[in-house]
Amino acid sequence: MQPDWQPSCSIELLRLRAQLLAEIRGFFSARAVLEVETPLLSYSSGTDPQLDFFTSDYCSYPLQQTLYLQTSPEFAMKRLLAAGSGSIYQICKAFRNGESGRTHNPEFSILEWYKVDFTLTQLMDEIADLIAVLFKDRTQLNATQRISYQELFYNSTGLDPLLFNYEHYCAYALKSESPEAIALCKTDHNAWLDFIFSHHIQPSLGKNALCMVYGYPACQSSLARINKDNSKLTDRVEIFIDGIELGNGYYELTDAQEQNQRFDKEIMLRQQNNRPTIVKNTQLIAALEAGLPECSGMAIGIDRLLMVMTKNNHLEDVIPFLLARS
Amino acid sequence: MASYSTNEFKAGLKVMLDADPCAIIENEFVKPGKGQAFNRVKIRNLKTGRVIERTFKSGDSLEAADVVDVAMQYLYNDGDFRHFMVPDTFEQYQCNEKAVSDASKWLKDQDICTVTLWNDSPLSVTPGNFVELAIIETDPGVRGDTSGGGGKPAVLETGAVVRVPLFVQQGEVIKVDTRTGEYISRVKE
Repeated sequence: MQPDWQPSCSIELLRLRAQLLAEIRGFFSARAVLEVETPLLSYSSGTDPQLDFFTSDYCSYPLQQTLYLQTSPEFAMKRLLAAGSGSIYQICKAFRNGESGRTHNPEFSILEWYKVDFTLTQLMDEIADLIAVLFKDRTQLNATQRISYQELFYNSTGLDPLLFNYEHYCAYALKSESPEAIALCKTDHNAWLDFIFSHHIQPSLGKNALCMVYGYPACQSSLARINKDNSKLTDRVEIFIDGIELGNGYYELTDAQEQNQRFDKEIMLRQQNNRPTIVKNTQLIAALEAGLPECSGMAIGIDRLLMVMTKNNHLEDVIPFLLARS
Repeated sequence: MASYSTNEFKAGLKVMLDADPCAIIENEFVKPGKGQAFNRVKIRNLKTGRVIERTFKSGDSLEAADVVDVAMQYLYNDGDFRHFMVPDTFEQYQCNEKAVSDASKWLKDQDICTVTLWNDSPLSVTPGNFVELAIIETDPGVRGDTSGGGGKPAVLETGAVVRVPLFVQQGEVIKVDTRTGEYISRVKE
């Protein structure tokens, strides 16, 4: 093992990262998408029920206020969209407390972009274009796959992800040698979907190819819009290469009232799970009330992208200083 | 006894699972971007040797198992038990055949091996990676054959049978890798 002061990734990887960032900027510049910056530190944070944040203290005597490091730049970017920015993108850091492992570091690089007047299908076309540009002459990928969450889930497990049948889910847990899922997930449909998808479906997605999974169950909608033809589905896409989750995108929810309700529900869920409480981001609600243009948005983890591109198995091979070395 | 949270899980950690002592082999943090965090753990049951996969909710914890590896000298076999001694303290332990298991065929009096203790009772015995044992029985070799091709079975003083090159003779001492059961070389006395 190298001494602690040294980077865990090669200098070559630093060059590749720099080239990749330049190409991403070139890609969006050519499509007239504006690069923006928003605060990493702010007075509020996302309410996502499964994310933990870092806090910091702002000392400006006699005031002492809690500041949050962003878990994603989503809210601030939507405020720019509502203010008339047009399509925008950002390359920044995001922070998620307690996430550490082969494919997680509490601080990571994100590419996030929003295209005004884009549907989810158009967004997926653009994702495929971007991945093709970035992988070109580096790593040859097989043809891109697009599959609906429901079809994928049913093909892999025989279960319907939109209809929670507890007995069927338990039977599958036993059959797939994961009996512990019954105790872990109980009657929480979302937990079951997360368990089964991450353990039994995701690892085999996108063998040396980009795999886009769209049409998530409505209970996993997060900030995505509910599908207008089927209220059990949400217009959300996730992308995978070699079993690694690389990004997440939505046909964005623009309804302020519904957003407000989702916030309340998430805050309640956080309380039930004894997660740190968080104040609702009223500025986002106000921005939606003022009018968020119809748009689709996507976030891609740049570190994981580098990892799959170079066929590495651990983020330490692409990030110079993981938390442990920081 | 202390307990370990999933955040502390790492290879080699000894924990209690389903009332048995186990060793963690691999720990993977699994979390869908917007979903529930899990720790997917590969774990060896130290009593049975079986390896299983088990998933925990991140933040859950397991009780620590009082399991330690101690270097001991193998003393003798009394028919029912095999006896071992910690060289520094002269403290003695007896192991039944179940704990000794496959290690028995490599155990020679006075050799140092590793005894794994759980709550101070022997759980398993691991021989040194390499042992030197005398051949007590093998067919006469063909003179001049120095190649590794073919080979022949040889019975060692502990009862183990390994394949040796044809030129190796009965009565000679050989070095064997206990992890693979393979012949390494002859040992000059």
